[in-house]
Amino acid sequence: MREYQNIFTQVQVAAPDYPGVPIGDEEYNRTSGIIHNHWLGKLGDAQIGPIYLGTLGVFALIAGALAFFIIGMNMFASVNWDPVQFVRQLFWLALEPPPPEYGLTIPPLNDGGWWLIVGALLTLSIMLWWARTFRISRNLGMSNYLAWAFGAAILLYLVLGFIRPILMGSWAEAVPFGVFPHLDWTAAFSLRYGNLFYNPFHMLSIAFLYGSAVLFAMHGATILATSRYGADREIDQITDRGTAAERGALFWRWCMGFNASMESIHRWGWWFAVLTVLTGAIGILLTGTVVENWYLWGMKHGIVPAYPPIEATPVIDPMIGGAQ
Amino acid sequence: MNAFTMKRFASVLLLGTALLMGCEAPPPESVQRGYRGTGMEALYNPETLQALVNANQVPAAIPAVSSEGPKAADIYQNVEVLGHLSVGEFTRLMAAITQWVSPDQGCNYCHVAGEGFEEDTLYTKKVARVMIAMTQNANENWDAHVGGAGVTCYTCHRGNNVPEAVWTIGVPPRHAENMGHTMQNVAHQESSVYTSLPIDPFTPYLLEDGVARAQGDSALPQGHDASIQSTEHIYSLMMHYSDALGVNCTHCHNSRAFGSWEESNSERVKAWHGQQMVKEMNNAYINPTNDWLPDHRQGPLGDAQKVNCATCHQGAYQPLLGANMLADYPNLGALAPAPAPDAAPEVLEEAAPAAMEMETSSLEQGDTAGEAH
Repeated sequence: MREYQNIFTQVQVAAPDYPGVPIGDEEYNRTSGIIHNHWLGKLGDAQIGPIYLGTLGVFALIAGALAFFIIGMNMFASVNWDPVQFVRQLFWLALEPPPPEYGLTIPPLNDGGWWLIVGALLTLSIMLWWARTFRISRNLGMSNYLAWAFGAAILLYLVLGFIRPILMGSWAEAVPFGVFPHLDWTAAFSLRYGNLFYNPFHMLSIAFLYGSAVLFAMHGATILATSRYGADREIDQITDRGTAAERGALFWRWCMGFNASMESIHRWGWWFAVLTVLTGAIGILLTGTVVENWYLWGMKHGIVPAYPPIEATPVIDPMIGGAQ
Repeated sequence: MNAFTMKRFASVLLLGTALLMGCEAPPPESVQRGYRGTGMEALYNPETLQALVNANQVPAAIPAVSSEGPKAADIYQNVEVLGHLSVGEFTRLMAAITQWVSPDQGCNYCHVAGEGFEEDTLYTKKVARVMIAMTQNANENWDAHVGGAGVTCYTCHRGNNVPEAVWTIGVPPRHAENMGHTMQNVAHQESSVYTSLPIDPFTPYLLEDGVARAQGDSALPQGHDASIQSTEHIYSLMMHYSDALGVNCTHCHNSRAFGSWEESNSERVKAWHGQQMVKEMNNAYINPTNDWLPDHRQGPLGDAQKVNCATCHQGAYQPLLGANMLADYPNLGALAPAPAPDAAPEVLEEAAPAAMEMETSSLEQGDTAGEAH
């Protein structure tokens, strides 16, 4: 018998087209085309389609594509429409938010205006896509874990690009669109506000992020390792604990004393993932608005150790005493 | 092990080797420079260290001569900044400068053959006079930055007519008409050390009076309003410092608190004085030469080629690795004594005391650059 002991899925079910459950009035929202692909079957289900796009999906794609296109055209313009330079410099190029002197006013298109338009389009696209996850869940009779988890990520996105800039009174506080430039922003943001590593919510977010990765690896490995005993039917085993669930549980109990159950491990994963972005959003929201310098804040609250002076003569700011 | 596993193992090994090819061979040498655990250490690769040492050898000094005897100003005409030297010292320094700055062109780089040495026909001679005063001023008044080693013409020139690393006010690269350019996010720019950070970090901090401080010095907001954009400018300038000196951030800073002076070492204070010194050099000495410089010695906006950290340091944490070359050429150690009021030399008046005036004009230039930002 073939087993799940490989980095790729080894067992593929070759089945006739399966259109999915009927969804009544909204049937027209689904495409009719179905194809089967053996290679994609190594990563997931070999059947591609039908896609449930719907009105929300269509408009989300239009808004998203427009945003993507405008970002690209702004980058293209910054290299004087030179396709070779566009490709060569792509990772350096960006669409930057308006400079600080504009505050929250509407800048000219060529000085940050396009950034505002792209931000609005991208937000519209993401919100429509979010509504779509909500609606598809409903149509399939599912509850809304997916929509709320996605919503948590959207909250972080909105804090970074919309809520915090408004609280700070300047669009310039927001993140540029671009590969290296958004990383420059990240580094500069931490430098500007006195080292984000001393922000307790940043600490929590990192803990949940790394925790999510660890939990995902633990759970994935446990299920794959016990799949020969039927652990792939893990949802059945929430209520009907078979030998696979038993072995998986025993492994972790013997390993570290405590084990999650077939149900609770999925709540662990969900909460870790959601709390990563929720705590991250709180941390970003507090930065600059209520805390100016996280390092000094950490000093004040005793979370930063003090080191002895480096040199015999203390180093003092040369600008103290009016020197310019 | 079956053939399939073997093949996979071999390809992983090959890929791993290919990735490691991009790395420097270990181990680097590290020197602790701060409290343990803070990562404040200097890292050197023994293989590249030798190249750095080779590139920073001081040329043999010309034998010293007596400072006694008649003064250069009494024998030669039109000697403004070196008139207080003895004729012997003056001639020796001229010979040294020729070696340092124009070894190929010789005396004729500044003096026209057949014409009297006193003539100011060539712009190069006028520049040389300003540069000598600039060097003397650095040695006399900027002990806080150059103390212990001093500077000579060779510190920057190294046998080149113009030092290898100079800069001019930045202009945006070619971009579409009517579109603004943010003066950042440009690939392959030495001025931003190949990052996507701002491409002209020099104008605000080494020419204008920009204060390179991103962080507020209170835990809670108290009105410090540096923007993310100005932080990126400072970041870019710091990349230049780091690149020019061949050191990492922790040469000066404890990376947990970049803004904190208490946690920095005294090298940072030295660097701060360096910034002030370079700003004075660019405003009081270099900008005034602008009027008579030919086009090929000017930047796209018609400004003179200016000094930054790399001009002297050239990849070494101390130029020439700290060799005290000034000891061999003490004549460059101080400005010429103030002349009698009726014989006040033109250049000196233009140079040092006119600093205020020059700063004003540079600010005007800065406005133009500011628009480009």
